[in-house]
Amino acid sequence: MNSLTRAKASELAAAIKQGEVSAVEVAQAHLDRIAEVDGTAEAGVHAFLHVDAESALAAAAVVDQRRAEGDELGPLAGVPLALKDVIVTADMPTTAGSKILEGWRPPYDATITTRMREAGIVILGKTNLDEFAMGSSTENSAFGTTRNPWDLTRIPGGSGGGSAAALAAFEAPLAIGTDTGGSIRQPAAVTGTVGIKPTYGGVSRYGLIACASSLDQAGPCARTVLDAALLHTVIAGHDPLDSTSIAQPVPDVVGAARRGAEGDLTGLRVGVVKELGGEGYQAGVEARFNDAVALLSKLGAEVVEVSCPHFTYGLAAYYLILPSEVSSNLARFDAMRYGLRVGDDGSRSAEEVMSLTRGAGFGAEAKRRIMLGTYALSSGYYDAYYGQAQKVRTLIARDFEAAFAQVDVLVSPTTPTTAFPIGEKVDDPLAMYMNDLCTIPSNLAGNASASFPVGLADEDGLPVGLHVMAPVLADDRLYLVGAAVESAYAAQWGGTLLEQAPALEGIH
Amino acid sequence: MTVTTALPSFDEAIATYEPVMGMEVHVELGTATKMFCGCSTAFGAEPNSQTCPTCLGLPGSLPVVNKIAVESAIRIGLALNCSIAEWCRFARKNYFYPDMPKNFQTSQYDEPIAFDGYMDVTVDGVEYRIGIERAHMEEDTGKSLHVGGATGRIHGASHSLLDYNRSGIPLIEIVTKPIEVPAEVAPAVARAYVTELRELIRALGVSEARMELGQMRCDANVSLRLPDAPFGTRTETKNVNSLRSVERAVTYEIRRQAAVISSGGTIVQETRHWHEDTGETTSGRVKEEAEDYRYFPEPDLVPIAPAREWVDELRATLPEPPAVRRARLQEAWGFTDLEMRDVVNAGALSLVFDTVAEGASAGGAKKWWLGEVARVANERGVSLEDAGISVADVTRVEALIAEGSLNDKLARQVVEGVLAGEGTPDEVVAARGLVLVNDDAALGAAVDDAIAAQPDVAEKIRGGNLGAVGALIGAIMKATKGQADAKRARALILERLQ
Ligand SMILES: [Zn+2]
Repeated sequence: MNSLTRAKASELAAAIKQGEVSAVEVAQAHLDRIAEVDGTAEAGVHAFLHVDAESALAAAAVVDQRRAEGDELGPLAGVPLALKDVIVTADMPTTAGSKILEGWRPPYDATITTRMREAGIVILGKTNLDEFAMGSSTENSAFGTTRNPWDLTRIPGGSGGGSAAALAAFEAPLAIGTDTGGSIRQPAAVTGTVGIKPTYGGVSRYGLIACASSLDQAGPCARTVLDAALLHTVIAGHDPLDSTSIAQPVPDVVGAARRGAEGDLTGLRVGVVKELGGEGYQAGVEARFNDAVALLSKLGAEVVEVSCPHFTYGLAAYYLILPSEVSSNLARFDAMRYGLRVGDDGSRSAEEVMSLTRGAGFGAEAKRRIMLGTYALSSGYYDAYYGQAQKVRTLIARDFEAAFAQVDVLVSPTTPTTAFPIGEKVDDPLAMYMNDLCTIPSNLAGNASASFPVGLADEDGLPVGLHVMAPVLADDRLYLVGAAVESAYAAQWGGTLLEQAPALEGIH
Repeated sequence: MTVTTALPSFDEAIATYEPVMGMEVHVELGTATKMFCGCSTAFGAEPNSQTCPTCLGLPGSLPVVNKIAVESAIRIGLALNCSIAEWCRFARKNYFYPDMPKNFQTSQYDEPIAFDGYMDVTVDGVEYRIGIERAHMEEDTGKSLHVGGATGRIHGASHSLLDYNRSGIPLIEIVTKPIEVPAEVAPAVARAYVTELRELIRALGVSEARMELGQMRCDANVSLRLPDAPFGTRTETKNVNSLRSVERAVTYEIRRQAAVISSGGTIVQETRHWHEDTGETTSGRVKEEAEDYRYFPEPDLVPIAPAREWVDELRATLPEPPAVRRARLQEAWGFTDLEMRDVVNAGALSLVFDTVAEGASAGGAKKWWLGEVARVANERGVSLEDAGISVADVTRVEALIAEGSLNDKLARQVVEGVLAGEGTPDEVVAARGLVLVNDDAALGAAVDDAIAAQPDVAEKIRGGNLGAVGALIGAIMKATKGQADAKRARALILERLQ
C-alpha cells in the first residue's frame, strides 16, 4: 500500500504545501487504492457509489496550480475526501442511496460542498448509505451493502457506512457524514474511526437531503482527531441559506485537539451516564469502555456517575419524531420533476404515476418510516404520538442541562455491540434500532457528540467506540477529550487502532 | 344532492332561513422576492424562469423567511385590529399535488402571526363589525396548465404543464369569524367586506390586490339555519374572484341551500365551484374525502418572535383607515354619498385619487373612470387599470379641456381613441385632427354663415329672445363637426346680434 494513502490529512496537506508531493499524485494514489479495494456491490468494500476520477484530478490540479502561483494554501488544500451521497454536488450524481433518485444530477452544490471546494479539498466521489440515511448498516441502500474493512462479512455501520469504511480501508483520509440518530458515530465506532456530530445548527444543512430536519446534522469523519477538527473548521459556521444554522463563532476545535494531544485532562469533569450501559451491552464493548473511563481518570479527569433518567425514552420518542418528519420530507419524491418515473404511459393520471413511482422507488425501511410518520401525525393521533414525543424531547434536553451543570462532558459506549454480521438484523427492525440507543439523545437535544476508537473487543477483535457528549456549542470539548484518548492509546498501541486492521489487498 | 326544482327567490329563502357567512381571503403580497427564497415575483415571466432549488422543492433545499413578508403580515394584522403573536411558527400542511413541489405547503396552523381583530363595513348607511379570526402567512403553489382538454380543466386533458414561477409567492390568508348580519343585507355585507379589505390592502401598499390577476382570492363559506338554531352545515365556495361575484355567489348559495333544506334534503359539507357565466355553484370535493393535512411545526424554520418595539414601529406606519380616508376625500372632492359609493363600488377610488393628485378635477376624474373607461373595461371584461388608459392620460384629457383645446364631445372621442390603442391623448388629437375651433376668424365665419342661414332666428335674438341662441350654436356645431368652442360661439353671436 502506498504510504500516501496511510498518511493523515494534516500530513498530506503539509507535504503538498511544501511541494514534497503534488495534490494530483495524492489524488491518484487514493483513486488507485479505491480501484484496488473498493470492488462492487458483489465484492470488496463497496464504500463508493460513484467515483469521479476526472473531477478529482482536475480539483487537485487546481491546488497544484495555485501553489505554483504562490497562493497561500489552506490547511486541507489538496486532501482527498469521500462525500456521503446525501450531500448534493453539481458535478456528480446524488442518490441518497435510493432508487427513486438514481441518476439525479443536482443543479447546485450544498453549502458544505462549496466550502470544501473553496478550501481546496478534493472530492473523490460519493459514498454509500442506507436509503435516505435511514438505517444502521447500509443494508438499506438500494445499491448494495458496504462491507466493514475489519471483516468483510460484517456491516460498516450506518447510515454513513460508506464514509466510515472509506476511511478504514484507506481509500480517503477524510469523509463527510450526516448524523440523524447516530449515523456518523455508530459507523465510526464499528470501523475504528473518528466521527463527530457537531452541535445542531453548527454546520449548514443547505444541500443535505433531509431525513429528519430537526435531527439531521452533517459532520466530519477522519482517522485522527486533529484531521476531523481541521475538516470541522472548513465546513462549520453560519449559513444564511439555513435558517436553523447558528450565527455564532465556530468553537476552536483545532486548538482543542492540539491541547488534548498533550494528554493532560486535569480539572475536566466527566460523567458516565448510568442509563447507557449494562444489560444488552456486549461484554467486550463494556470492557473497552471501562478501560477508556479509567484512562480518562489517569489523564487527570474527575469521573463521576450521572443519571439521565429520560434517556430511556429517547428511542421511543425518536421513532415517532423521525418518521413524522420523514413522511413529510420524502413526499417530494413524486416523479413530477426529477428522479424515477414509473407507469407514465399516457394512460395514467399524475396521482397514479406518483403512487406507482413511490411504490417502486422506495425501499422497505423508507416505506416503513413513511407509514409510521403518516400515522403519528394524523388527526386524532398527533397529540398522543408526535406531541408526546416532543415532550420527551424536552425532558431529554433537560436531563442534559442538569448533567452539564455537574460535569463538562458525558461518556458512554457509542454502540451496544461491535459490528454485526451482514444480514443478521435485516428482518428485525427493532434490534436494528437498538444500535442507536446511546447516540439518539444528542440528536433529540441538539448537543455535540462524537465517537473515538478505544480498542478491540476481546471476543471478536472488532473496534469499540467511546461516545463523548458535550453541551450545545461546546464542540471543542469533544476534541479535547478525543485527542487526549487518542494520544494515550497511540503510545500504547504504537499508532492508531486502524494499524491493527487486516490488510485489504487486491480485491477485484 | 342535485336540485332540479327551481330555486326560491332570495327573498323567499331568507323569509325562512338566516345565513351565516365566513370569508377566507388570500392576498398575494407585492414583495420583490418570494416567501422563502430570493426568486423574483414579477408577473408574466417565461414559465419556470423564476425558480431556484428552494421554490422547486429540490432535495436538500431549505427555506429562509422573507422579512418584508413578515412585516407586511404584521401591518395587515395591525390594520385589522388584530393582536400580533409574540411567538409563532410555520407549519407544514401535507398533501400531494403536482403543482406543489414539496408536496407540503409551508403555512401557519395553530399559531398565526395575527389573530382576533375586526373590520367595520358600511352598507346602506349602516355599519357592521366583521370579526377577524386570524391572518396568517403561507406560500403559494405553482400553476398547472392542462393541455388538450376542452376548457383547460384536468378532465379530458392529454397532458399537463407545470409552471413554478408562482410557487413560493407570499400569501396572507385572512379568515373572518362567523358573520351574522340581517339576512337581507348578508350578500351586500360580504361584498362590502371584500371591497373594504381590498382598499385596506391597497392603502397599506402591501399588494395591488387585483382580483382579476389572482392577487386577491376569496372563498365564501355559507350556511343556513332557522332563527335561533345552531349553525347549519356550511359549504365553501372557492375562488370567487370579483366583488360582484362575491355578492352573487353568496346569494346563490343562500337560495340553493334553502331549496335543499326546504325539500327535506341536507347540506353536505363540501367545497363548491363558482361559475361566473351561469352565476351558479357546483359541487366540488366532499369533506369526507378531504385529506388529513397532518400539520406539524415546520422544522426547517425557526419560530418568529416579533419584538414589541418593531410591532410598535410598524403600527406607526399604518395609513389612515379607508373609511376615514374616504370621508376626508369625499369632502375634499365635494361628492355626494351616492357619488362616493359609486366610485368605491367601481373600484376606482385609487384611480380617481391618483388622477386628482396629477392635477385633474375630482368631477372630471370620476366622470371618465366611471363613464367611458368603465364602459369599455366592462365590455372587454378587464379591470379599469387594464382598460388601456393611464392616470396620466386621463389627467391630460382633463387638462386639454381646462385649457379650452377640447370640449366635452371631443374629449370623449380622445378617450375613445386612447382606449382603442391609438396612442396618448395628444397623439389621438393630432391623428384625428380633433381641435376645438375657437379662434375668432374661423369661428366668426361659421357664425356669420349660421346667422345668414337662419335670419328668422337671428331676428328673435335681436328682439331679446336669448333662448334662440341654441339653435344657431347647434348649426355652428354641425358645420364644424362638433369642434367649435360653444362658449366662444355664443359670445360671437351675441356680439353680432345685440
Ligand atoms: Zn426560488
